[in-house]
Amino acid sequence: MLGVDWIILLSGAALAFSVLNYVLLDGTDLGVGMLMGVTHCPVQRRAMALSILPIWDANETWLVLGGGGLFALFPMAYAVLLPALYLPFISMFMALIVRALALEFRDQASRSGIKRVIDRCLGVASFITSMSQGTVLGTLVQGVPVQDGRFAGSGWEWLSAFPLFCGGVLVVGYLWLGTCWLYWRTENPLQHNAARLAKLLSGPTLILLATLVVWTSTLAPQYADRLTNLAIIAPVVALTLIASVLFFFSFRTRQDCAPLFCALGVFVVGFALMVATLFPLIVPPDLTLLGTASGQASQQFMLIGFALLMPVTLFYNTYGFKVFSGKIRAQKNDRD
Amino acid sequence: METIESALLAARAQFAITISFHIVLAAFTIGMANFLMVLEALWLWRREQIYLDIYRYWLRIFALNVAIGTASGLILEYQFGLNWSRLSIKAGEIIGPLMFYEVMAAFFLEAGFLGIMLFGMKKVGPRLHFFATCAVAVGSLISAFWILAANSWMQTPAGYGIRPDGRFFAEDWWAIIFNPSSPYRFVHMTLATLLGTAMFVAGAAAWQLLRNPEGPRARLQFSMALWVVAVLAPLQIVAGDLHGLNSLKLQPQKVAAIEASWTRPTEGAGEPLRLFAIPDMGERRNHFELAIPRIGSLYLRHDLHSSIAALDEFAQQDIPPVGIVFWAFRLMVGLGLMMLALGVTSLFLRYKKRLYTLRWMLRCSVVMAPAGFVAMISGWVVTEVGRQPFTVYGLLRTAESASSVSRQQVVASTFSILGCYVVVFGIGLWVLARILRKPAIDGELEPQPTLAQEIGKS
Repeated sequence: MLGVDWIILLSGAALAFSVLNYVLLDGTDLGVGMLMGVTHCPVQRRAMALSILPIWDANETWLVLGGGGLFALFPMAYAVLLPALYLPFISMFMALIVRALALEFRDQASRSGIKRVIDRCLGVASFITSMSQGTVLGTLVQGVPVQDGRFAGSGWEWLSAFPLFCGGVLVVGYLWLGTCWLYWRTENPLQHNAARLAKLLSGPTLILLATLVVWTSTLAPQYADRLTNLAIIAPVVALTLIASVLFFFSFRTRQDCAPLFCALGVFVVGFALMVATLFPLIVPPDLTLLGTASGQASQQFMLIGFALLMPVTLFYNTYGFKVFSGKIRAQKNDRD
Repeated sequence: METIESALLAARAQFAITISFHIVLAAFTIGMANFLMVLEALWLWRREQIYLDIYRYWLRIFALNVAIGTASGLILEYQFGLNWSRLSIKAGEIIGPLMFYEVMAAFFLEAGFLGIMLFGMKKVGPRLHFFATCAVAVGSLISAFWILAANSWMQTPAGYGIRPDGRFFAEDWWAIIFNPSSPYRFVHMTLATLLGTAMFVAGAAAWQLLRNPEGPRARLQFSMALWVVAVLAPLQIVAGDLHGLNSLKLQPQKVAAIEASWTRPTEGAGEPLRLFAIPDMGERRNHFELAIPRIGSLYLRHDLHSSIAALDEFAQQDIPPVGIVFWAFRLMVGLGLMMLALGVTSLFLRYKKRLYTLRWMLRCSVVMAPAGFVAMISGWVVTEVGRQPFTVYGLLRTAESASSVSRQQVVASTFSILGCYVVVFGIGLWVLARILRKPAIDGELEPQPTLAQEIGKS
């Protein structure tokens, strides 16, 4: 039988895995959604919509898993974090509903003008979703006031420079992922545009991420320790550099999916760095994984299910992706 | 004190709004997924184009419904933390895992195969496509199972222990999942989703038949849907009766509120069936009561003389709002009986071979299209309001479950959510009506018919 700490560590890993998967998968969708809001050509917008239509639903499910996982594995953290971020979360959910409506109903529009408006809504909703997620992350890192195991702030802590900056970083990052996705999935002018934008966005994304790391290190002594620890920061810098070099190089290869995977690599490294900085905290500054965990019986019960079901889930989700993974040649629709 | 209460009321309203919208969408998803599974099976078996046409016609509607259904379900996974964080702290170890399993075992199955089901027929071929349809249908049912297990545990808690700090912990997962009310609730709810969907399909088909009584596809839809109503409506009444007896045993004050029975009748007099009453919580009695003696005993105790515990046998602070529970129950049962009548009439007309041509029957079906879903929502009002003033029945009060979020934030967001949902639902219903106006045609197209060509081979 595993020791108690191992179970909590595994639970934390399961939760981190769900959140990371969500960021990588739906982050890409959200980027495409934002780009749709600002694309003029109707055929291109249709291609963008088609590229995410069969899979966005499954991608969003990871967010449900993240919420359910946090609730089940670390209920005390869940009970503090959500009241603290009440408004960003509610705006995110409303935006996600508008996004779902826009994406699935856009082909019901009878005129191209209405479709344009729908796609604008899709763009705005994707933007609000991304911004909210970044803000949530920023507020978490910044620290949530807790007293007697309950949230003790005003609920407006997210409305300050650092969380909003994080929101901006995530918006740019998601846009970058979105352009890389389009480079993979489309051809001709749209692909050329995507390549240009992807290269253009890579610089700002990396600079913003670096700024974020430096800013984070000023927030708390623990962060400063971790982020100046060479054993942590050296591999991060090295891996990011490799991913960035490969990113630019990959446009010359025939593997159109390569830039996306390099960009996702940068996100994975960033996520790992965040985990390494926060650990063992789950809601800074006070709540740790250990302090918020549910009982051993509950965590074991879930980890068994996770271990058994996750491989199957990953298998059929990958299959679902593969079925629709070809290049998109959008045709002009009568109503476009 | 007043601000705390209005914040609590807003939080409850928010949960009620988000869950009511989601329940209708989720129920329609479950019912429709199973309807589509049957249609595709019939098509594969008999190879008649008409089944595929109807399949594709409803698949287009299914696509729109599922999208909003998923998105409206997301917020619920977080509602427990947003508004009910003290409940989450206390009962998270038990409710959380059930919801976690719902996502892992069901939500993913549904979402993972949804893309193939909606858009993948030309990509994967009919057999694998049928598998995807089955996965979505089964996934939706498993999802209902887990979420109802969580709900039922809060109604009839079992298999738990309580820590010194008041938090619940899991002792026996089997007892938690199969708690005393969960099998009844699962059967009653599953039947409700199928019945509600069948009523809706029957209504839509009747609308199309009123315009063109000869339409072969509208006729087939009408016939299939009314078979389901004729079989399930009586079954649902039996299931509801069993569920009611289960509640009588485990949550007697809920049943007392359903009957608005303030005092126990004299020994042997039997429970009356109150057809009309305006329950008064202050004076603890009914105004304008209209009742048939002894009939209440018939369905409550299955005899003519026994009585049930009355509201005055419970502490005043432990009884739910009687008026809401009383009337919601009557609405549910009334609609249930009307659905039963529709089902029986359909059998008779079928025998007389006049099912598709009698205009009053078609009009009745159109009017009753939402009856199943309205009855389902009223049923939820009965069971959820009937559990008040507790969140975890008998153990944790609603007032002790809420989050410490400021009143302004809760009230403002509740109104925003309501506004957003009204707009989204309005658009959804408008689009739905526009699709349903045109009946299914010969050679019906799937959603995004050109998608398979537009997405090349990988």
